[in-house]
Amino acid sequence: MCLAVPGRVLSVAEQDGTTMAQVDFGGLQKEVCLAYIPDVRVGEYVIVHVGFAIQRLDEKSAQETLANFEKLGILEEEFGDGFALAARQAGRPEGATS
Amino acid sequence: MTNDLDFEGWTCPLPLRDTPTIVMGHGGGGAMSGELIEQLFLPAFGGAARAELGDSAVLTVPHGRLAFSTDSFVVKPMFFPGGSIGDLAVNGTVNDLAMSGATPLYLSTAFILAEGTPMSDIGRVATAIGKAAEVAGVQLVTGDTKVVDSGSGDGIYVNTAGIGVIADGVEIGPHRARAGDAVLVSGDIGVHGVAVMSCREGLEFGTTIESDSAPLHGLVAEMLATGIDVRVLRDPTRGGVSATLNEIARASGVGIELVERDLPIPPGVRDACGLLGLDPLQVANEGKLLAIVPADRAEEMLEAMRRHPNGARARRIGACVEDHPRMVVARTGLGGTRVIDLPIGEQLPRIC
Amino acid sequence: MKYLDEFSDPDLAARLVDEIHAVTTRPWAMMEVCGGQTHSIIRHGIDQLLPEGVEMIHGPGCPVCVTPLETIDKALAIAEQPGVIFCSFGDMLRVPGSSKDLFSIKSAGGDVRVVYSPLDALKLARDNPDRQVVFFGIGFETTAPANAMTVYQAKRQGITNFSLLVSHVLVPPAIAAIMESPRCRVQAFLAAGHVCSVMGTSEYPPLAERYGVPIVVTGFEPLDILEGIRRTLLQLESGRHELENAYPRAVTDQGNLAAMEMLRDVFEVTDRTWRGIGMIPGSGWKLSERYADFDAERRFSVTDIHTAESALCRSGEVLQGLIKPHECAAFGKECTPRKPLGATMVSSEGACAAYYTYRRLDLLTTTSS
Repeated sequence: MCLAVPGRVLSVAEQDGTTMAQVDFGGLQKEVCLAYIPDVRVGEYVIVHVGFAIQRLDEKSAQETLANFEKLGILEEEFGDGFALAARQAGRPEGATS
Repeated sequence: MTNDLDFEGWTCPLPLRDTPTIVMGHGGGGAMSGELIEQLFLPAFGGAARAELGDSAVLTVPHGRLAFSTDSFVVKPMFFPGGSIGDLAVNGTVNDLAMSGATPLYLSTAFILAEGTPMSDIGRVATAIGKAAEVAGVQLVTGDTKVVDSGSGDGIYVNTAGIGVIADGVEIGPHRARAGDAVLVSGDIGVHGVAVMSCREGLEFGTTIESDSAPLHGLVAEMLATGIDVRVLRDPTRGGVSATLNEIARASGVGIELVERDLPIPPGVRDACGLLGLDPLQVANEGKLLAIVPADRAEEMLEAMRRHPNGARARRIGACVEDHPRMVVARTGLGGTRVIDLPIGEQLPRIC
Repeated sequence: MKYLDEFSDPDLAARLVDEIHAVTTRPWAMMEVCGGQTHSIIRHGIDQLLPEGVEMIHGPGCPVCVTPLETIDKALAIAEQPGVIFCSFGDMLRVPGSSKDLFSIKSAGGDVRVVYSPLDALKLARDNPDRQVVFFGIGFETTAPANAMTVYQAKRQGITNFSLLVSHVLVPPAIAAIMESPRCRVQAFLAAGHVCSVMGTSEYPPLAERYGVPIVVTGFEPLDILEGIRRTLLQLESGRHELENAYPRAVTDQGNLAAMEMLRDVFEVTDRTWRGIGMIPGSGWKLSERYADFDAERRFSVTDIHTAESALCRSGEVLQGLIKPHECAAFGKECTPRKPLGATMVSSEGACAAYYTYRRLDLLTTTSS
C-alpha cells in the first residue's frame, strides 16, 4: 500500500472550504489537498498519497539520514570492524524509541 | 517536436452547410460528403494531398520491394501537449514503414467520425495530418470517411495505411538479433505516454513534457548509410520499450539484458511515473526507435545517429545474450536483477 | 524528485549491504508488512543482496489482495447497475471476483473509471447530478484519511449522489493475527512507513513486547528498506525487541493528529474478513452511523452474493508468509498475471505477481521441475 511521494508546496488556496495546494514534484505539478497539514507554508515539503498531503517531510531529518549513510563506510575504514560496530551502536541514528 | 500549428485560430477555409458538427449525412457519399472532402479535408491536408480523387489512387512506384503497413489511431484525448491524433496517424504509419528500412511514399487516410463531433476538431486534426505528411515527405493519396452515431463514443478514429520502398540489400527484421549484439535507443523514453496521461481525465497534472511524435525514416536512412548491418529496428509505441524488446527476444530466440542505469529517462517522465506508480519501460514512445547492431560497430552507429536531430540523445542500453532466451532482464541500479515482462493490457496508475 | 532519488543511491546502498553482511551471524526471518515494500524489494533485487539465511517473508500489506471476495462481488454488482459511475483506483481493476472483474464490466459497457484520488470521484458526482457515483474505498490506514475527507465533503456540500463502498483494513491486528498463527516463522517486522505517517507509532510497542519481535518502521526507497533491514538485524543479533523508527523524515511518534481526528469521526472499527486469511477481529474500518447515508452497501441493496474462490488458489498462505508464491502448484501455470486465480497475482505488489514478473528468471534456473 501507500505509494506516496514528497513534493514542494508552491501555492496554497481555499477551495469550497478546503485548503488545497499546487505541489511541485520536481517539475511535475499536481493539485493536492492540505486539509491534514493545516499549518503548512509555501516552500515546505509534504508527503502526498492519492492527492492528499498525509505528513510533512522533515528536510533536516532527511539530510541527517543521508549523512548517516555516508558515514557508514568511513567508520569502517578508520576504525576497523570492532570499533565501527561499537561506534554505530552507541551513536545510533535519530529515530530510535526514546 | 515543436507545435507551431495555430489550433486556436483554425477557421474553415470555405463555409460548410451550416453545420458546426458532423452529422450522419457527411458519411453518406452524397453532396455533404463531397463538401466535407472538398472544403475541409483537402484544404486542411494542404500540399501533401493529391488533387485528383478517383476511386483508387494510381501510383508509380520505384523498382524494389514494397513495405506496406496500416495502423488505426483511437487515442483520447485527441489533443495533447506536443501534438494530436493527426500527428500520430501520419508518423505512426511512416515509422512502421521506416522500421523495415523503407522510404515511405504514400499514405491513405480513413476517418470514422462520431456524429456530433465539432467540425473545428476535425479541421484541426486534418490540418495536423497535412502538416505531418509534409514534414515526413509523404503524399496523402486516397481516403474514406464514415460517420457513426454518437452512442459509440465521441470523436475521431483514424486509420492510415502506407506504402514505402526498400532498397536492395536491406534486410531488417525482428528475428535477426544474435547473442552478442548491442541494443541501442535513439533518445529519451516514456515521453509520449506521459504527455497524453497528463491531460487524461482524473489524472491531470502539470508538466512540461510534450509528445515526441516524429517521423523516423530520415534517421533510419542515416543509419543505413553507415553500411553497418542493422539487424533489427522497432519503434516502441504501445507497451513501451518493454513490449518491443520482449517481442524481439521472442522472435530472435535470444535473451536481452538491459542496464537500468543506462536508460535515458528524462526527469519529467521519472517523476510522473513515480507519482502514478508506472514503469517508464512500459510507457509509449512515438518518435523513438530501438536498434540492434553488431556490438563492435555500436559506437560508430551511435555517432551516426547523434548527427541526426531525431537521434541526438541516442544511447546503448543493453545487449543480446545467450542466457535466458526469449526473456528480457534488467540489471537494477543496486546490482540485482529483475525480469522485464510483457505488459498486460493498459497501464493503470496505482496507489500501492 | 527531491528527497526520493537520493534514497536510491547505489553507492550508499552498497555500503548498507556491506553493513548488513557485517552484522549478520545467523539465519533470520523477517516480514515486511507493506505491499509497497514487497514491490520495492523485488523490483530492485534487494532480497538477492542479503546474506544467505536472511529471509524476507512477504506480508499481507496489499489492500488489493486482502479485500474480501464478497466485497469485490458487491463492487461488481454495483458497477453493473445502469446509471452508476463506478470509480476506483487502478489497482482494483483486474482483481478477480467470483466470476468477473471490474475490467470486464467496463468492457461490457459499464461506466467504470480509474481515478488518482477519491476527490476526483466527488468531482464527477458534482458534475453529473443525475448519475450515482460510487467510489471503491479500499486501503490501509494510509488511504483512509483521503476517503474520510471525501465523504466528509460530500456530506458537508450535500452531494447526495455520491457514496463510498468501504473496505479498509488495519495493520496492528494483522500483525497480531500473523504472530498468533501456529505456523508462524516471523521473527521481526518492518512496519509500513506511510501507515505510520498517519497513525504514528504508539500501536507497535505493545506488539513488540507481547510477541518478543523487533518492529522497525521502514520506508520504501532502496536505502530506506536496507536501513530498516539493517536495524532489524542489529536488534535480532543483540536479542532486543523494540519499536524503532528508521523513517524519521516521514514518521513522527504522534502521527497526523488532524487525520486521526477525521478518521475517528468518519469510521468505526469492525471485524473484517481478509481474503485468503479469514476473519481478523477489529481489523477493519466501516463508515460510522453519522455517515450511513453515504454507505454504498446500504444505498444499493446488493444481496444474493454467492462467493466462490478458485479451489487451486493459495493466496491466503502466501499472504501469511507460510509459502512462497512458486511453491503453489498453479503458479505460472493456471495462474499468471494475465489470467490470475487470486488477488496476489493481480496486484502490482502482490507477492505472486512480483515473483512472476521480476523473479521468473531465478525460479526457472533454480527450481527443478
